[in-house]
Amino acid sequence: MRDIAVISFAQTPARRSVPELNEVEMLMPAVHDALTQVDMTIDDIGFTCSGSTDYLAGTAFSFVSTLDAVGPWPPIQESHVEMDGAWALYEAWVKLQLGEIDTALVYAYAKSSPGDLPMVLTRQLDPITVGPLWADSVSLAALQARALLDSGKATEADMAEVVARSRKDALGNPNAQLAWDRSADDHLATEYHIAPLRKGDCAPITDGAAAIVLAAGDVARSKVKRPAWIRGIDHRVEPIHLGLRDLTVSESTKIAAGKAGVADGKVDIAELHAPFSHQELILKEALGLGDDTTINPSGGALAANAMMTAGLIRIGELATRISNGEADRGVAHATSGPCLQQNLVTVLEGEA
Amino acid sequence: MGKERVAVVGIGQTKHEATRGDVSVAGLLREAAGRALADAEMTWSDVDAVVIGKAPDFFEGVMMPELFLADALGCTGKPMFRVHTAGSVGGSTAIVASQLISAGIHERVLTVAFEKQSESEAMWALSLPIPFTPPLHAGAGGYFAPHVRSYIRRSKAPDHIGMLVALKDRQNGLKNPYAHLHEHDISFDSIKDSMMLWDPIRYAETCPSSDGACALVLGSEKVADEAAAQGRQPAWIQGTAMRSEPTLSAERDTVLPLGGALCAADVYKQAGITNPRKDVDAVEMYVPFSWFEPMWLENLGFAEPGEGWKMTEAGATALDGDLPVNMSGGVLCTNPIGASGMLRFGEAAMQVRGTAGEHQVDSVRKAVGHAYGGGSQFFAMWVVGKDKP
Repeated sequence: MRDIAVISFAQTPARRSVPELNEVEMLMPAVHDALTQVDMTIDDIGFTCSGSTDYLAGTAFSFVSTLDAVGPWPPIQESHVEMDGAWALYEAWVKLQLGEIDTALVYAYAKSSPGDLPMVLTRQLDPITVGPLWADSVSLAALQARALLDSGKATEADMAEVVARSRKDALGNPNAQLAWDRSADDHLATEYHIAPLRKGDCAPITDGAAAIVLAAGDVARSKVKRPAWIRGIDHRVEPIHLGLRDLTVSESTKIAAGKAGVADGKVDIAELHAPFSHQELILKEALGLGDDTTINPSGGALAANAMMTAGLIRIGELATRISNGEADRGVAHATSGPCLQQNLVTVLEGEA
Repeated sequence: MGKERVAVVGIGQTKHEATRGDVSVAGLLREAAGRALADAEMTWSDVDAVVIGKAPDFFEGVMMPELFLADALGCTGKPMFRVHTAGSVGGSTAIVASQLISAGIHERVLTVAFEKQSESEAMWALSLPIPFTPPLHAGAGGYFAPHVRSYIRRSKAPDHIGMLVALKDRQNGLKNPYAHLHEHDISFDSIKDSMMLWDPIRYAETCPSSDGACALVLGSEKVADEAAAQGRQPAWIQGTAMRSEPTLSAERDTVLPLGGALCAADVYKQAGITNPRKDVDAVEMYVPFSWFEPMWLENLGFAEPGEGWKMTEAGATALDGDLPVNMSGGVLCTNPIGASGMLRFGEAAMQVRGTAGEHQVDSVRKAVGHAYGGGSQFFAMWVVGKDKP
């Protein structure tokens, strides 16, 4: 495979609601920051790919207006996925493999604040069998958490440790939405939200945007001192129907991890897209991570979880830590669908 | 690392209708995908990855529907990808799928595009009022009619050209058993007498709203060689291209969009086409309103600007013309929006493979598939041929 690297990453500060800006205005600072960091404009980009969803924007073809703001004139090579930006990055990586272009811009954004997010996400469910029940995303995650606890593989105390660590680490993340230093016991003393999940076990609802620039080989080396090379990237899906899956494991993450070569080296850092505390525990096992791996130093999705964007942000957070020398090799993960239905795994590495 | 060769080795589509009340969305997709797999002499387990495309999710009222379709499309444990690039999506989905093979990642990729328009009302799904955004009042026809009027003014084309296109495409559609509209009594006069919807676009010059799906099985060189050895002609992908331009930009010419011209130039270069009119044997282009045939003939380089309508008038684009256009009946007969682009790409491949039945054109060696979307701003094209690129 051709060597492709993340050479810049930018994100907007995660906020519960950004009412004063539309999606375009919210996204643009991230796009321009990512380009400016590597002294580029849209004219230097070979391929542009974005991730977003009409259902959160509340309008058909919502990505069209954000593309307008990128300034696609003269006409550009461009594509869009109705998926998290991590999959847009995957498409860009595939395109770069063809060897015709050397650079790509990837961006993603979502404003969840205008609607009732857990209710909006019920529209992802099978429209004939489960959708009419309006089973919201938090309740479905609670079913998964209950299954995990019942299996004996984890306890509520384990979940509480994830919550306490994530929010504490988020104190060091200027873009985080939820950050504090409270003990696991403090968390366990709070009431259930939807049992066995407490509010603290759940990711916040976030408006936000992010952008990444990818570059191939020598172009990447010419732009940054230490590019974060994509050593492996793969994604897999499972049925949406909860009854068809063992919710206490993430089979699709496991397959993707194998294909991406997670186990081929030491994993210094893992940025995992786990919108609920128990999901980090499931992902850690699926990825085969040991206790020597630092998980979610950014605070992860529990610190900020912009829809369609949080997966791409995991890749960006990891790339930043590799480029600044904090880590040599790491794993970034993105998820989509209820209860970790679809998962993408990327292995990034800095040059020795 | 280089580009691996890719070919279409299986094609399937549904019977397209205004309302496919007999199937769910999953059933609709499986009808198309099952036919494509059967055509490729494969089963679900042979597929490495699935790439799904469709237009806005509001058209069915399911958010990111590929998630609930994953197991119905045999994706369990496999990569599944969802593309959405407006009306060009059926074409760009096929291109994204082909790149998974040309990049050397997969050998066999199933790509499916669909729309089940009967689940909602596309015209109004397109007309949601958004603050500070120009409204797309009354759907696509109201948006494109001024472009057509501008074309007529610039080219001095006579009024009847649009009606000629509609008559030709609807008559071609009679030869396509999968087409939505089968208007046996259609005539020039019946088109002329049909209601004016968005001047100069009449009711009979407008695409229908359809339920339907299209599926393609794409294979690596090895897979396609095996198919060829068993007597199943692959449609070799000789070039693919996509271009996007802004909706709102002072530099734009929506009658003759630069993005479309650049897309065509790119794909022709890859396919070794220097004289499109001579080198291309058949074209399936995205013509949702009749007048877009002459407009796209010019944009894609088959005619000089202002001259496209003369090809239509002279019958050059008829099934027995020197450059048949929309042999299947095109979007004017069948428009499951998300699938419409892939149906164009698929028809081009069928022509090359010689499997187009009654609407087959003799000895097609190179065919063009074309799709566009948004406000004439998203373009996807491919060239397929009998010969390996």
